[in-house]
Amino acid sequence: MAALYEGYTLCGLVPDLNLCSSGIQGVEEERDGDHVIVTDSSRNVTLYKVSDQKPLGSWTVKQGQTLTCSAVFNSQTKEYVAVSDHRVIRIWKEEDVLLDKTFKATVSSDICRVHCAHGGDPVVLFQRGAVRQLESLLSAPQQPIEEVLPQEEVIRWSTSILAEAQQFVIFTTEQKGDQFLYLQRLNPNSLQRYRLEREEPGLFPLSFSASYRDKHIFLLYLYPNGHVYQSVVPVRGLVVEEALPLPRNLLLGLPVCEGQLEAASAIVLDEAHVAVVGVPHPSAGAGKDFLCIWNTNFQTLQAGKEMAGKIYGQLWSYSNKLFIPHGKTLSVIPFECPKSSLASALGKLKQSKTEACFTFPPESKAPASVPSWNNILHGEKAQPSRTVETRKTRTTRRTQSAPSLTIEQILELVMTAPVEEVQKAVEGLLCRADLQDLQPSVGQLASSLVSRSLADPAFYPSNTLTQLVHTQYLCHSVCPALVLLALEKKDYFLCQLCLQFFPDIPEAVTCACLKAFISMPDIDAEKANLEPDSVSFMETLTLKERGQAGMQNGFSPTTFQEDHSDAIGAKQTRAEDKEKATTPPELICPVGLHKAVLLNEVLQTAYSDTFLLPHLKDLSSQHVVLFLQYLQFLYLKYSQDALPQAHGFRSPSLNQIMDWVCLLLDAHFTVLVMTPEAKGLLLNLHGFVKAQVKLVCELGKIEGSLQEINKMKAKKDVGQYSIEVIELF
Amino acid sequence: MGEFTVHRVRFFDYMPSAIRAVAFNPRTERLAVARADGAVEVFNFNDNYFQEKVIPGQDGRAVEALCWVGRRLFGAGLNGVITEYDLENLRPRYTVEAYGGPIWTISCNSQGTHLAVGCEDGTVKMFEILQERIQFQKNLDRMKGRIISLSWHPSGARIAAGMMDMIRIFDVESGAATHRLLVERGMGVSRSTEVVVWGVVFLSDSTIISGDSAGKVQIWDGSTGTLVKTHLVTKWDVLALSVSQDESSVIAGTSEGTVVQFQFISATVGQQDKDWVRTRTFKNHSHDVRALAHTDTAVVSGGMDTQLVVRPLLDKVEKNTQESALRKIAFPHRSLVCCAKKAGLLLFQFSDHLELWRLGESDGQGTPGDSLPVKRKPEKVMELKRRGEDHICCSALSPCGGWLSYSTVSSVRLYRLQHDNNNISINKMSKLPKELRSVHQLCFSSDSSKLFASSSQSSVVVVALSQLECKYLHTLKHKSGSRQPVHLLSPSEDGKWLATANTDCEIHVYNLHKMKLHCTVPVYGSCPTAIAIHPTTSHLISVHADQQIFEFSLLQKEYTEWSRKLQKQGLHPLWLQRDTPVTHVTFNPANPEHIILHDTFMFCIIDQSLPLPETKTVLYNQLTLRSLPVAERIRQSHAFKICKSFQHLLCVSLMEDRSLVVVERPLLDIMAQLPAPVRQKKFAT
Repeated sequence: MAALYEGYTLCGLVPDLNLCSSGIQGVEEERDGDHVIVTDSSRNVTLYKVSDQKPLGSWTVKQGQTLTCSAVFNSQTKEYVAVSDHRVIRIWKEEDVLLDKTFKATVSSDICRVHCAHGGDPVVLFQRGAVRQLESLLSAPQQPIEEVLPQEEVIRWSTSILAEAQQFVIFTTEQKGDQFLYLQRLNPNSLQRYRLEREEPGLFPLSFSASYRDKHIFLLYLYPNGHVYQSVVPVRGLVVEEALPLPRNLLLGLPVCEGQLEAASAIVLDEAHVAVVGVPHPSAGAGKDFLCIWNTNFQTLQAGKEMAGKIYGQLWSYSNKLFIPHGKTLSVIPFECPKSSLASALGKLKQSKTEACFTFPPESKAPASVPSWNNILHGEKAQPSRTVETRKTRTTRRTQSAPSLTIEQILELVMTAPVEEVQKAVEGLLCRADLQDLQPSVGQLASSLVSRSLADPAFYPSNTLTQLVHTQYLCHSVCPALVLLALEKKDYFLCQLCLQFFPDIPEAVTCACLKAFISMPDIDAEKANLEPDSVSFMETLTLKERGQAGMQNGFSPTTFQEDHSDAIGAKQTRAEDKEKATTPPELICPVGLHKAVLLNEVLQTAYSDTFLLPHLKDLSSQHVVLFLQYLQFLYLKYSQDALPQAHGFRSPSLNQIMDWVCLLLDAHFTVLVMTPEAKGLLLNLHGFVKAQVKLVCELGKIEGSLQEINKMKAKKDVGQYSIEVIELF
Repeated sequence: MGEFTVHRVRFFDYMPSAIRAVAFNPRTERLAVARADGAVEVFNFNDNYFQEKVIPGQDGRAVEALCWVGRRLFGAGLNGVITEYDLENLRPRYTVEAYGGPIWTISCNSQGTHLAVGCEDGTVKMFEILQERIQFQKNLDRMKGRIISLSWHPSGARIAAGMMDMIRIFDVESGAATHRLLVERGMGVSRSTEVVVWGVVFLSDSTIISGDSAGKVQIWDGSTGTLVKTHLVTKWDVLALSVSQDESSVIAGTSEGTVVQFQFISATVGQQDKDWVRTRTFKNHSHDVRALAHTDTAVVSGGMDTQLVVRPLLDKVEKNTQESALRKIAFPHRSLVCCAKKAGLLLFQFSDHLELWRLGESDGQGTPGDSLPVKRKPEKVMELKRRGEDHICCSALSPCGGWLSYSTVSSVRLYRLQHDNNNISINKMSKLPKELRSVHQLCFSSDSSKLFASSSQSSVVVVALSQLECKYLHTLKHKSGSRQPVHLLSPSEDGKWLATANTDCEIHVYNLHKMKLHCTVPVYGSCPTAIAIHPTTSHLISVHADQQIFEFSLLQKEYTEWSRKLQKQGLHPLWLQRDTPVTHVTFNPANPEHIILHDTFMFCIIDQSLPLPETKTVLYNQLTLRSLPVAERIRQSHAFKICKSFQHLLCVSLMEDRSLVVVERPLLDIMAQLPAPVRQKKFAT
C-alpha cells in the first residue's frame, strides 16, 4: 500500500488577492533530493534544505523586473538559471549574493521556460516553440529564433526528460480547441508533433505529467471531468511531417462530485501510482482539497490526505516527497509507493532473505523472485500494439537483426522443427533488445514447447527451456506442465531453475519434486549439472564438516552425544579429542552433494502449510527419515556456525529448515515413532532442540531485563510545564 | 462530563525544610515539629494529623529542641535563646537569653515546674516556669564539654545529661554531679574522635538509656553508674531517642534513616525478669532521623528528608484500620500557591521570597490524552525578596493580578502590580493602616477592591483598596470567645459574604455589606481544611480534616438537602481513607453543580446532580467509565469524579478561561535536592 506520511511546512506563501494562484511558479530539484529551489511568481528565488525546512539562500531581481519562469539548477556547473522579463537569461551561483551583479544575457525572442533535466544540460524553450540548448544560445544570444508554432498556438505545459543519454523537451500546445504534443529531441534535433484525442468539447487538460521508462515516454493528463489518460510515445521512431494521432487509454476515472474540477493536478509517481490533488476523496464528500495516491493497476485509492486551505492545482514530486502549495503554505509530504504483489500476500514469501537483510531495498530483490503485478500488467500495456510504432520502424528493426524471427514464426517453428533449429530461433528472439515486451510471448513459447515435448517423447529442447526459464518471465501458471515434464525427463537443472524462479509452484508439484529428489540414486544426481552458486554453498557447508566444529550457543553436539542428559558444554577438551577421531554421524551429510542442492531448492520454495501437509503424507517412511536426517544435519550446521548467512549464496534460512522439520514431524509422527531406525534420530533431535530451548529461555530472560530499559525511557517525558487535555466522565 | 485543558505546572521549586526536633504532648495529642529554618508546626493527632498551626521561622533562629509544658510550647536553639511560642497569634511570645552559648537541648520535669537547658559551655541551667514567663533559677555544676542531651528522672530529683564521651547524672537539689558514665568511643578510625551522646533517657527505675555517635544504644544502671548492655545499632550515629509513656519501649533514630525499637520484655515467655531487647526496625526515611516521638500507638519520626512519618505500632492499634496505616506528611496542609484567575498568574510562596509566574499558552486543540504544543512558555515575571529576618507566613495575589500582598509575623506588605503588555511594574503601597500588623492569612475580594487579613483573636481586618491608598474599613469579630487564629478566609464571588474558619473548628460567615456577623455554622468536631462559598447559590462548602463535606445554606442558615443526603448516606469508605486533607475548594462557573476540590494525590469534581456513590460502588471509576459506551456511562457514573493523573499536588485551580492549573511538586524532585544520604553498602554496588 502506498502511504502518505505526516507532512511539514516548507515555507509560507503569498497568494494573490483573489486566491487564483499560489504565488509559486515552480519548485525544482537542486543538487540532491533534499534541496529544492522555489521560484515565486514575482521576484524571488529561494533555496531550501527540505529536511531542515530552512532556506539556505535567496535571490531577488530588481524592483520592476519579474521572473517569468521558474529557476532551474544546472547540476553540472552548479549554477542557477532563470529568466526575467521573458528575454533576460540570468545565471548565478550559490555564493553570489546580488543577482544584479551576476551574468545576464538578453535574447531576441520571448522565452517560455528553461528546463534542466536532472543531470542534463539546461534547455531553453521559446514561446514560439523553438528549443535551444542554453550553451549554444549563450554563444550568440541575439541569434534569430525561428517560429515553430503557428500564430494561434500557445504552449500550455512543458517539461524536459533525459532518456538514454538523449535529452527531450516535451510540450503541449493548444490551438482552437485542439491539443498537440510536441516531442523535441536534442542532438540530433528532431521534432515530432502529435495530436491528442479530443475529450468532450470545451474540456482541456488540467495538468500533464510525463515520465520515462522502458524506452517510452508516458504522458499522463487529467481532464476536468476526472478522467486521467495515459499516452505512450516511443522514444525512438522516425519523424513524420504530419501530426500523428496520439492514442490514449483511460487510466483512471476519478470521482468528481458536482460540476467539474477546476484546480487539480495529477502526476506520475511510479509505474503504478499516481498522485492527484484537488479531486474529492471518494468517501469524504464534495470537498476537493484532498491529496490522494491512486493505484492505476487496480484503480484503487491507496492513500489520501486532506489539505487545509485552497488548492491551487500545483503539485511537484522529488525523491519521494510531494510538494504542494495549499492555503498559505507550501507543504512537503513524504510518501511511499511499495510494489504490490499477490505472492507477498499469499503464503510464505519464497526468498526470506529479503526480510533478513534490511539493507537491500525490497524492490531490488522483488522482481527476481516474485513477479510484481505492476510489471505484469504494465508489460501488457507496453506491448507494441498499444504504442504508436509505425510500420516503418518495425520493418527497420527486422532488418537490423536479420536472423531473429517474429513470435508467430517461431511458434510455427516449434510445432515442427528439430530441437537445434528451435533453439537457434529462440536464442535469436531472446537476444532482441526489447525483451521485456516479449513477456507474453515467452509464456506462449514455453507452453507450446512443453506440449510438443509431451506429445513427442523424442523432442525435448532442454537448453531452450532453460533459457526461457532464465528470462524470469515464466511462471508455473503459464505452463503448468513444465516442472513435471522436467522431472520426467530427469532434467534436474531445469527443475532447480523452475523451483528457483517460479513463485507459484503448487504444493503438490513441490512435493512431487521432493519425492523425486529424495528417491533418486546419488549417482544420477551427481551427473546432473546444477547451478554453481547453490552447489558451492553446499560444498562450503560440507567442507566445514572436517573443520573444527566449535561450540556455538553453548551447545556442543559431541558432548551431548556422549550423554543425553543436560551436560552442556561441560567437558569441551574431551569433546575436542573425540572430534579429531570421528565426526559424529549428525555432522556427515546424509545425502550426496547434488541431491542436497536440489533438496535445498525445495526448502526454499513458497508454500502454505495446509496445502503441503496432505501431499507430504505420501512420502514413504524411509524417505522421511532420510529427509529428516538431512534437515537435522542442516539445522546442526546452522546452529554451529554463522556460515550460511555470511555468504551471499542462495541458501535455505534457518526458519525454513525449522518449518520443514515441523511439517515433516506433523505429517509422519506416528509412522516415525513406530520406525525403529528413526528412534535415534528423533532422540538426537529432541536433545538438540532441548538445548536450544534452554538457550532461548535464557535469552528470553535477558530480553526481559533489556526491555525494562526501554520502558524506563518511555516514562520520563513530563517536563517542567506542559499543557494537557484530560477528560472526566 | 467534560474536557479540561490542564496547565501542568512543575516549576514551583518548593523545598520543605529538614525536621530538627519534635515534641509530643500526650495530653492534648498535639505534636510540635521544629524545622531547620526555625519554623514550628503543630499537628493535631486527634484530628487526622491535621497541621493546625504554623509559626514561621526567622533567619538565624534554628530550633534545636522543643518542649511542651502543659499547653505551653518552648523551644531553644543554637542562638542561645529560649523561646516560648504564642500559639494563638502564631509567633514567638517572648525570648529569654540563657547566657550559656548555643543551647542543644531543653527538657521539662514531669511536674511541669522547671525547665532544664543544656548549653555549649557545659552548664545545665534551670529555669522556673511561671505563669507568664520563665525565670532563671540556677546552674548545675559546670562540666567540661557541651551538654548535648538531657533527661529528667520522673521524680524530678535527678537529671541525666549526655555529653562528649560521657553521661553525667546530677542531683537537682544540690546541683552536684553524682555519677559519671563513660561512653566508649567507636572502633577503628573513629577511636580518636570524641563520641557524642546524642540522646539520653532516664527511666523511673533509674535505668539510663543512651544513644551515641558511635552507633550504640546502651543501657545503664543509673543508681550504680554501670553499663548493663550495649546494642550496636548502626555504623553511623544514633541521633535521637524517645521513650513511651509507660517506659516499656524506647526507639532510636539513626543516620541511616532507620528507627530501631527496644522493648522491656522478658527474653523467654513466662519468665519474670525483663530485659531491654531490640525488637523492630523501621525504615521510612532516606536520610538522618533527627527527631523522634513515641506516642502510645505510633512512632513519629522526622529528619533530613523533610517528611514527617507516623508509623503505627501494630501491637497497639487495631489491624487493617485507618489508624494502622502508615502516614507520611510531606506537604503543608495549606496552600503555598495563589492563582490570579483572571490574569493567568501564579504566585508561589517560599519562606524568603515570592515568585510570580505567567502561565504559558497553546493555541492547539487536542483530544483527551494529548499534550498540546506550547506556543508561549511560562515565564517568571517577578521574584520578590522579603525584607527583614522574619520568614513569610502568608501571601495573596488578587484575582485580577493587580495586587500582591504578603505578611511576616512583624509586618504586612502590599504591592500594586501594573501590567502593560508584558512588563510588570511593582509599587509598594506605603502607609498601610496600623490594624494590618500581625496577620495569619491574607485574601483579596473577587473584584480586588478589598483585602481581608485574619488578625489576632479570630478577628478579620477589612481594608479597602484603591489606586492611591488603602483604607481601613472595619474589623470583623465574632462573639464565640475563641481566641484561636483564623486559618481560612473565603470571600464570595459577589462580594457579599466572607467565611472564616479557625482552629477551634468554628466557621463564621460575615455579611460584608453590613460588616457584621451573619451566622456561625454549627461547629463540627473536625477542623475545616478548606471552605468556599458557591458563587450563585451562596452555599458554603466546608471540607474537614476527617474528610467530611458539608454544604450550608447561608440564606436559610441550615445545612442543604444535598448535605443532609450526603451525611445520611455517608461518604464512601475509600474517600474517608485518604490521608491528605482537601486544601482547596472551588467551583465551575460553567456548571454550578460542580465542586472542584483537591488533596495531594487527586483532584475531584463533585457533580451534585448525580447520585452519590454507595459503599459498594467503585469510587475511582474514571477508567471504567472511559471504556464504556455513552449510554452505559451515564448509568454507571456517580457524583465523585476523581482524577489521579496528577500527583503531589500543591494547587488545583480553575482559571477564568475554564482551563485547570495543576501545580505538582514531585517528591522525587525534592529528594533530588537533598544532600546525599550516608553511604550504605547496598547489594551490587
